[in-house]
Amino acid sequence: MSGAYVIETILKILIVLGLFSALAGFATYVERKVLAFMQRRLGPMHVGPYGILQVVADGIKLFTKEDFIPQGAVKPIFKIAPVITAATAFMAMAAIPMFPEFTINGYTVKPIISDINVGLLYVVGVMAIGMYGPLLAGMASGNKWSLLGAARTVVQLLSFEVVTGLSILAPVMLVGSLSLIDINNYQSGGVSHWLIWTQPVAFILFLISGYAETNRTPFDILEHEAEIVSGYATEYSGMRWGMFFIGEYANMFTISFLASIIFLGGFNDLWFIPGAIAILIKVFFFIFLFLWTRAAWPHVRPDQLMWLCWKVLMPIAVINVVITGIVLMI
Amino acid sequence: MSLKEFQNRYVGSQNYKVIQIEEYPKTPWEKFKRVVKRTFKLELFVGLKIVFNEMVKFNIHTVQYPKEKIPIGPRYRAVHRLLRLLESGNERCIGCGLCEKICISNCIRIDTKIDENGRKIPTEYTINFGRCIFCGYCAEVCPELAIVHGPDYENASDQRAQFAKKEDMLTPIDKLKEQKEFQGFGSPTPEADKLIKKTPLAY
Ligand code: SF4
Ligand code: SF4
Repeated sequence: MSGAYVIETILKILIVLGLFSALAGFATYVERKVLAFMQRRLGPMHVGPYGILQVVADGIKLFTKEDFIPQGAVKPIFKIAPVITAATAFMAMAAIPMFPEFTINGYTVKPIISDINVGLLYVVGVMAIGMYGPLLAGMASGNKWSLLGAARTVVQLLSFEVVTGLSILAPVMLVGSLSLIDINNYQSGGVSHWLIWTQPVAFILFLISGYAETNRTPFDILEHEAEIVSGYATEYSGMRWGMFFIGEYANMFTISFLASIIFLGGFNDLWFIPGAIAILIKVFFFIFLFLWTRAAWPHVRPDQLMWLCWKVLMPIAVINVVITGIVLMI
Repeated sequence: MSLKEFQNRYVGSQNYKVIQIEEYPKTPWEKFKRVVKRTFKLELFVGLKIVFNEMVKFNIHTVQYPKEKIPIGPRYRAVHRLLRLLESGNERCIGCGLCEKICISNCIRIDTKIDENGRKIPTEYTINFGRCIFCGYCAEVCPELAIVHGPDYENASDQRAQFAKKEDMLTPIDKLKEQKEFQGFGSPTPEADKLIKKTPLAY
């Protein structure tokens, strides 16, 4: 392993960490603004022009808040849980190719931290490990709301993990590779080659389960304020809570990147738009979709969620895989 | 709908819309049919469309409070004001003590004296705002329209007593021009007719 490679990788890691932490903060601002506009409000307006510095104010508040650990909590686990959420959210990004390759001074940079041949499997797996964050947080808090939130988390994420896996199985069968770069290159022929046209059902299933895995409305049952206060994060304050938050937003970006790469042609050039910009447009469309649905839709009951997962989405996903297999054989 | 139609209160001569509520499904097959129907009717996208339209229309209703304020109705009963006579600038209060008498929480206290012109004037006029329930009886009973309710609702202070002394409530003599006449109780908001809106039944 050469020195240049190590330095390059470390640089990439730092960039991804810094960029996506900042983006997570900025996404909260965008979210509040978009939600406000959709509800005929103005949103944050007072800190800075149009409230743009609200993110900074929130950051200062989070960092300077008391780091509080309740008496009945299991301290080491309580402390480590938010780290798991944030860390796994960023680890999942390691195998995602964010942009097309580019060259600086004759040196080719691949904007992916590690191009492993089972990239997709790795991303989905690490995101699933992220479930331990809420689970341990809820169980270690010594609070009934947290415990309920943790139980809901496990139920929700475990169930929808199945749908995610099955829904991306069909495109993976078509491409024949688990590497996200291969999947991207498979769709390099333009809009008509996008996998969304051959796998529309898988796309919808992936999107639905993506919402469930990032706890976004309409599947935000694990920290729904009206029912269980704040779910697993009830007892958290300050930066520990902030880490859950960053993890959630980083996951949103991961899901958006995955959906864009697997189904919407990734970072291939789109007509006259260069690939790097094309993927950004797609990702921000998905982020906007997250906010849009949050403004429009109510959230579902936990039993409806389970019904949706096991009785509707899972059978459809299986049928989709079977039909794809049959079509591939013929 | 015009105002005239709106003021028609005769039930029966109006056009009501009867809401159709579907029967609940009983058999599993009917339930299945309902799920399929709801899935492909794309009702969820109607919700998306509505919020998106609202965003594009950008019809914002926020009042940015400390910077902007909504005018307050004349019936609002905030901290009291003692008014002056507009021409002479004399205090209106004649020290009759009716307000003190009628106050149901017993929180007005007046001291009076006969001044050099032989008029009775209050030397002290305090309202204990810890006890006042802002019922408005004092303003109602005052024969001289001397004690009225002011429109100031921003009463944050470290002591309630800071609003309650005579010099706090009395119109300053140099502000006499700006003194607003009390509209009287039950007076409607200016242009109240224009503010009436139809209750949106036809969603
Ligand atoms: S508003 Fe009512 S309670 Fe307050 S001082 Fe007047 S009469 Fe008394
Ligand atoms: S009722 Fe009016 S005039 Fe009489 S004492 Fe009270 S404020 Fe003065």
